[in-house]
Amino acid sequence: MKTALGIIITGGNNLKLKELSAKRSVSAIAYGGRYRAIDFVLSNMINSGIKKVGVVTQYSYRSLMDHLGSGKEWDLDRKTGGLFLFPPYLSGEGSGWYKGSADGMYHNLSFLKRSKEEYVVIGTGNCIYKMDFKELIDRHEKSNADISVCCRDMSDIDAEEIKHFGMVQIDDNGRIYEMLEKPNNPKGTLASMGIYCLKRTLLMELLEESASKGLYDFVRDILIRKTSELHIKGCVFDGYWRSMSSVPMFYKTNMELLDPAIRKELFLDGGKIFTKVKDEAPAKYNDEANISNSIVADGCIIEGEVINSVLFRGVKVAKGVVIKDSIIMQNTEVMENAKLTNVILDKEVVISEGKELKGESTFPLVVGKRVII
Amino acid sequence: MVSKEIVGLLLAGGQGSRLGILTTEMAKPAVPYGGKYRIIDFPLSNCINSGIDTVGVFTQYQPLELNAHIGIGKPWDLDRVNGGVTILSPYQKSGNSEWFKGTANAVFQNIHYIDKQNPEYVIILSGDHIYKMDYSKMLDAHKKKNADATISVFEIPLEEAFRFGIMNTEEDGKVYEFEEKPAKPKSNLASMGVYIFTWEVLRQYLIDDNNNKESDYDFGKNIIPNMLKDDKRLFAYSFEGYWKDVGTIQAYWESNMDLIERVPEFNLFEQDWKIYTVNPVMPANLIGPTGSSTHSIVAEGCMVYGSVKNSVIFPGVYIEEGARIEDSIVMSGSYICKNAYIKKSILCEKVRIEEGVNIGLGDDIVNELKPDIYNNGISVIGEKAIVPKDTVIGKNVVIDRDVTADDYENLQVASGATIAKGGTE
Repeated sequence: MKTALGIIITGGNNLKLKELSAKRSVSAIAYGGRYRAIDFVLSNMINSGIKKVGVVTQYSYRSLMDHLGSGKEWDLDRKTGGLFLFPPYLSGEGSGWYKGSADGMYHNLSFLKRSKEEYVVIGTGNCIYKMDFKELIDRHEKSNADISVCCRDMSDIDAEEIKHFGMVQIDDNGRIYEMLEKPNNPKGTLASMGIYCLKRTLLMELLEESASKGLYDFVRDILIRKTSELHIKGCVFDGYWRSMSSVPMFYKTNMELLDPAIRKELFLDGGKIFTKVKDEAPAKYNDEANISNSIVADGCIIEGEVINSVLFRGVKVAKGVVIKDSIIMQNTEVMENAKLTNVILDKEVVISEGKELKGESTFPLVVGKRVII
Repeated sequence: MVSKEIVGLLLAGGQGSRLGILTTEMAKPAVPYGGKYRIIDFPLSNCINSGIDTVGVFTQYQPLELNAHIGIGKPWDLDRVNGGVTILSPYQKSGNSEWFKGTANAVFQNIHYIDKQNPEYVIILSGDHIYKMDYSKMLDAHKKKNADATISVFEIPLEEAFRFGIMNTEEDGKVYEFEEKPAKPKSNLASMGVYIFTWEVLRQYLIDDNNNKESDYDFGKNIIPNMLKDDKRLFAYSFEGYWKDVGTIQAYWESNMDLIERVPEFNLFEQDWKIYTVNPVMPANLIGPTGSSTHSIVAEGCMVYGSVKNSVIFPGVYIEEGARIEDSIVMSGSYICKNAYIKKSILCEKVRIEEGVNIGLGDDIVNELKPDIYNNGISVIGEKAIVPKDTVIGKNVVIDRDVTADDYENLQVASGATIAKGGTE
């Protein structure tokens, strides 16, 4: 296999995620009872034989840093290669906050310069999917394209959401001839997944060139600008893929994991998904536990009724509680006889006795971190 | 090198033969426990939680699982530049090479390891018990009494004292006599096999003991009595709390079941004394639309479409619709097909129970081959064994590891029977 290194762009904050992203990077958004979004791209890279990964981060990166640590959970605490974190830094020239994704990579150009890997796989940190990047690199190499962009038919995603994607048009040979960022009236449903593969040397040239012109964004200023100049190939992916870019998408994506087929695709087929694990005891179900169609992480103690819900680690559900169609994040406590329907509780929330909260299935009620109700 | 005040010495070489097929291919300390742990996680976690960051683990019997589990000690934060965990197995020497002849001999053969750490004290632990204990408090007591040895003791009912090593003490806790399994016990203080020694003192006793060709080279049988004979300062240290030897199938099963109580006496959820282990890389458990789970603990990666009641389920177990599991322990990676019914059984790792199987029904007849091991109504299915469709299995039955459908003569396995690979032994 050709050698490749990985770069993960963790993105800015996202107002559409409201409280969920107020204190954390979108890549650190929780998923599936025990994961954070970035675990997927990172595990995909590891499972594809990538041994060196740079994470470009800027907005509220403390939670992300805390999650990634030395990278040991992903086997990335290496002497050769391993995990590199790139928060913004100050130095003599042109430094400070990253102005865009290309700028973020440009500021860490020495990482690329010092590497010897032939290819670079770039991904974003907020998407849930399982992909073999080895195959992507192979396809890229065979196609003789300059850049490969992973695309997917997004017709299984709400039209409103598609408006926030980068829409692409490809010709019969798979070449991208048009790419539009967040169009109001998207043509078709084929969108970029934010996953790119190209030669390391080409990436360095492109980054230097755009920096010299005062341009900062990888999609807008490189891919879209150079659509005709470069041979950009669309690599169509037909597996499960979700971007947790808004509260409804966060809710939908988490709930979809109740589908055993999706659980199988993400976790059982191919490589494992690694995450930082806290040492919790296995989930405990007491006598009154009445649980159905739900995901329950370790450290939970369940004494009430839980239906169609996702419970993160260390959640306590007391007697008489009814939780329906909800997502409850870590260490949240729901006291006796509380009733929750269509809600998202962030971590360490306390719902006191008998309280009732109800959201809409299309727009769940969100309760922020450490709120006591 | 910075010398350590205290070094932990964990004796993990025992087979635990009374655990039957649970320990055919692994040492007792490696036996899975409590939904995700192994027995050795308890003393190891106690060490790190007590501030002991240097631990030698003595292995001898079937060490593969144990070595793989411990690795370089990461889960317990024992991957240290200075100290950390070291696996000490028997090794060849110029001159005579030998196995560890006893607990004291194991330590004797590794004197150089301990000397290198240059500790003031050592704590001897075994990998056989489930308990949470702050060894630093015991060390404080040892120092306060200016003791040569401190022996942790547990109060047991006097009528059971004849099964234990009993410490007879003066009022201040000074031990004047040690009786192994006394017919007429004078006290109810049972030794837990946890000893703190002043290293300088113990070191000499180990050397002298090794020179005695008649010795059993055992802490309980030789070192402690020899020290008493010489009037050394031995003190009992009372431990209160949950402490269980899980040395028999019955005790092992009971101790696992203790964990599922509403507020268990032994609580794994306490955040200030966590028990560490190698965490499985698996998603959170899923209870399906047809599934249920009550009065049970269920680990990561399980998918439950049937019902689980009064049971302990390890990671990655799949339970199909209509299957019922009651009063049982199911270890990692086992698969239970539709409409199977499992009652009061232990299923080892990666067992496959096919459709419509019944286990644990019928009369309580002790196992014919090993009545002293399987006699409490619990049936045990060995690692990677297969139980074919519609088989009915009684109580105290043993299905040995790797048994396949061809090994069964018929679909009725009566209580007390044993099925081994290649036919009944």
